[in-house]
Amino acid sequence: MLKKLRWPDYLILMVLLAAAVVIWVRVEGVLVYEWRWHIIPNYLLRYDEEAGRWVTNLLTQGLISTIRISLMSGFLALILGTVLGVARCMQNLTIRMLARTYLEVLRNVPPVVVIFIFYFFLSEQLIAAFLIEDWSRTIARSDQGWIWALVFGDMRLFPSLISGVLVLALFESAFVGEIVRAGIQSVDRGQREAARSIGLSRLDELRFIVLPQALRKVVPPLANQFITLVKDSSIISLISVQELTYKTAAVVSSTRAIFEAWITAAVLYGLLCFGLSLVFRRLEGQASRHG
Amino acid sequence: MRESLGCGHVLGHDAQPEGDAWMQTDQPIIRIRNLDKYYDAFQALKNINLDVHQGERIVICGPSGSGKSTLIRCINRLEEHSAGQVFVDGVELSDETRDIRAVRQEVGMVFQQFNLFPHLTVLENLTIGPIRVRKMSRPDAEAKARLYLDRVHIPEQADKYPAQLSGGQQQRVAIARSLCMEPRVMLFDEPTSALDPEMINEVLDVMVELAESGMTMICVTHEMGFARKVADRMVFMEKGEIIEVAPPAQFFTNPASARCRMFLDQILEH
Repeated sequence: MLKKLRWPDYLILMVLLAAAVVIWVRVEGVLVYEWRWHIIPNYLLRYDEEAGRWVTNLLTQGLISTIRISLMSGFLALILGTVLGVARCMQNLTIRMLARTYLEVLRNVPPVVVIFIFYFFLSEQLIAAFLIEDWSRTIARSDQGWIWALVFGDMRLFPSLISGVLVLALFESAFVGEIVRAGIQSVDRGQREAARSIGLSRLDELRFIVLPQALRKVVPPLANQFITLVKDSSIISLISVQELTYKTAAVVSSTRAIFEAWITAAVLYGLLCFGLSLVFRRLEGQASRHG
Repeated sequence: MRESLGCGHVLGHDAQPEGDAWMQTDQPIIRIRNLDKYYDAFQALKNINLDVHQGERIVICGPSGSGKSTLIRCINRLEEHSAGQVFVDGVELSDETRDIRAVRQEVGMVFQQFNLFPHLTVLENLTIGPIRVRKMSRPDAEAKARLYLDRVHIPEQADKYPAQLSGGQQQRVAIARSLCMEPRVMLFDEPTSALDPEMINEVLDVMVELAESGMTMICVTHEMGFARKVADRMVFMEKGEIIEVAPPAQFFTNPASARCRMFLDQILEH
């Protein structure tokens, strides 16, 4: 790979820059937009006069919420996806068909539609059935409320958070399942035969021989899928889960600072995902060094 | 000869009430009757009949694609046979065999490609069977594992990963892994075919020692020097059939079938 720019590269960059300037000038001429960047920092961190300290405001709250939701649904999706991946490789035809159906439905229906369906038909029912609404209100009011809040955020928003996490996890589990299946199938046949020949049960064979090797192989695609999940989490703002996208929309509707707020959200998402990919790349490098 | 001895025992059984125990010890540990194996339309094994007694060493040879591997893989049911019967220690292998795992514990197998578990250390490779299947405690299993590592002459490699070992060492670990289950029969599926020439002997030496210890062995191999040294009977297969069964002395000097002679000429030429 060439590390040095040569004259054709400079030419390409100059052309792009020129195009950007032209577009900018035209937009400025046509669009009457007053940039108010100065209001944005206040929506990240706000000085609370009464408490006398800095507190997080909408955008940072949204970012934290996005991270929280991503971690929870990522964890859940990994478990569900592993089960699904294993189910896809089972001998039992019924189980295999069920897993396949689940996957095909999720892969061939747009995520927004899937999420609305999951939300109204599943989460709502679950939350009603298990009285989660009342339960979380009680906790929010109780003394130990802050411990719960540390993990789940504002407990009054718990029902919407839990539907968001569930919906996202169910959606992503289909893709995790495919990754896990590919990993399982990439494990050499001889490994299973050797496991069987020493008398290991099917469950032990899976647990001690096949899955550890399969999961190790699929760490890179799984990491990628997690980054996708972080980005996909913006969709659940549509079911009123108060994450970054939802909060940004709130900022926009109260300030009319459309570009500033959305660009800030984009930068926050971008930094988060880019940071994750850097971390994963480094971990991967370490893993491959240690064989 | 074994067969005639066996006959005597069975006759004796009729006369003696306690003969059941005799039957147990004397019936062939592996009995294969009219075995057929199809892969779709292709017939891989045709009407195989073979008895192997406790302590016997059988070497199976024949051109590639003759069904040797398929045959021994039917003995621990890594392959399911299409027709006929396979008995291991009196238990018939079939779809209904509830405890195929119990049978597999008695039948160790060594593969051409070693098939060690790459994510486990040598010691863990050896102990996973005893711990998970035989429900042995970890210290006991490790003691046993070290014992068998000693027997295959690599006690110092216990904490390495398979990828850090040479091919010959890996295959010896694989043999030790099987032995840790204390099987009554060992199957070898071309154990030296994937090895560099200079490593073949270290594996064969271990196999000879195993044979001398009285283990029942069925080996698919082209190592004729090994066969001459340890085999009680040679089995020659071609196109899915057993063509000839003979003691090595006769097999190598005066094989009955022309095809067998041709095969031997080809592999012993150099």
